[in-house]
Amino acid sequence: MAEILKINDISVSYGSIRALSNVSMSVDEGAVVSLIGANGAGKSTLLKAIVGLEPLKNGSISFDGEVIAQTKHHGSLSTDLIARRGIALVPEGRHVFADMTVEENLDMGAFMVRDQELINKRKEEMYEFFPILGARKKQKTRSLSGGEQQMMAIARALMSSPRLLLLDEPGLGLAPLVVQDIFNKIRIINQENKVTVFLVEQNARLALRSSSYGYVLENGKIVLEDKGEALLMNERVQKAYLGA
Amino acid sequence: MLNFFQLILIYAGIYAVMAIGQNCITGYTGMLSLCHAGFFCIGSYATAIICKTFGLSFWISLPVAAIAAGLVGLLIGIPTLRLKGDYLCIATLGLGEIIRNIATNINPVGYNSIPRATLFGYQFASRNKLAFIILIWAFVLVFYILFQQLAHSRLGRAMIAVREDEVAAQSNGINVTKYKISSFVLGAAVGGIAGCLQTAYTLTVQPGSYTFMVSVMVLCTVVLGGMGNAKAVILGAFIIQFISYLPQLTGLTNVIPAQAKQLIYGLLLVVMMLCRPQGILGRDKYRYGDPRTRMEKFRDFFARPKKKAKGGEV
Repeated sequence: MAEILKINDISVSYGSIRALSNVSMSVDEGAVVSLIGANGAGKSTLLKAIVGLEPLKNGSISFDGEVIAQTKHHGSLSTDLIARRGIALVPEGRHVFADMTVEENLDMGAFMVRDQELINKRKEEMYEFFPILGARKKQKTRSLSGGEQQMMAIARALMSSPRLLLLDEPGLGLAPLVVQDIFNKIRIINQENKVTVFLVEQNARLALRSSSYGYVLENGKIVLEDKGEALLMNERVQKAYLGA
Repeated sequence: MLNFFQLILIYAGIYAVMAIGQNCITGYTGMLSLCHAGFFCIGSYATAIICKTFGLSFWISLPVAAIAAGLVGLLIGIPTLRLKGDYLCIATLGLGEIIRNIATNINPVGYNSIPRATLFGYQFASRNKLAFIILIWAFVLVFYILFQQLAHSRLGRAMIAVREDEVAAQSNGINVTKYKISSFVLGAAVGGIAGCLQTAYTLTVQPGSYTFMVSVMVLCTVVLGGMGNAKAVILGAFIIQFISYLPQLTGLTNVIPAQAKQLIYGLLLVVMMLCRPQGILGRDKYRYGDPRTRMEKFRDFFARPKKKAKGGEV
């Protein structure tokens, strides 16, 4: 399978603090790849770097064979242009447009789509896929529960029919059953809509179970990488993240 | 008395135009800017210079004023719009003062006896207030319609997304910088046109009339009416002008000092923030992707009761 996302030896710093050092990884097209790690390991920073929200100290990131982010002198694409290439980020904490209704949020997600009929068609698809959103489409997003908001954030990201979906802690602060539901949806999105998924998660067990490949990030460095199931069996991962 | 009401109508119109510009910047895109007096000043001076120094028509000065104010907005917007919230507010506050100081230094006494505006041979004289009311409110109507269209267009949608959440806007493919600057430039240009109208009415321009208080007043107008709602902003302009002429209206100019209105504005803002932070009319309903055609919208606009019944079902 072809690599859709290639991260080549990148480092990111916040002032004098290094958040990521020499991270290299790749995501194959059509795969579900997860990145696990503790708080402060640099997981969200990595996602922000991919969409151009954090400048790189060194290294480069390419999407579909073309460089989208590199060091300052070489010039990187801005976040909106990266989004136009087909990378959709569901940011940590969801970042929904809280004062807008569900439907308006989905409209915003389809900002890059100019065809109103196509937008309407996709909205219908989303309401079918997430029935709870269909029931609440005229409701302000603020009034939705956390799980519903997360589903809406995913639906909004899918409105632009991205090739690569980046999810930043989709299970953050949600009830276990809801998290399970969201991961099931993610699996369906990957298998039926052929969207490549790269997700960052603290819930290592669930993330690795639904992934074909996984990376472990510790203190800004990739310390382990393997197939999802193999990582689940890995002694180090079991000790540190699975509480075994 | 009638004279007074006419005066209030004229100034409410001028401030409504300015507030529509400010609303574009603060209401739609959510940038707290405090330099509308500066754009107002540029518009006024552009008109004064074109009509008096070059002896050209008022109608030529209109686009020039808009372009001049818009250009300054663009030049200032590029470096300052990276700032957020309070920082942007302070930077724009400084800009407003810089513009006023430049104006003072170029010509400390300003311009007097500027030629009157004419339309099809009719001269707009300051004593004929009715003609001015029609002229100025025609502008208010035009800008109201334009900005109402804008709010529900793709551009307006992008601005609102930027206001609501910049990260989310960016990850949905919206170029935040581009839309912030366009909104700032548009707002500035409209502020310039308001300056143009003011000059046509007063026929004098003095640097002293473009103080920081004017910017505060315009911001008050927007906050009072309702941010992001063009209709509300016009209502706000009425209320603010009414308050500012209250001492003269009640004939108590001897009792109530002119500074009292600043006190009233302040009080009004505090009360508004406590009781109704969204403004008197609140935010306009967001209607992008409305399935109704233009003709249906037009019909619904006039068929008020029918529209309400429809809303009830949903």
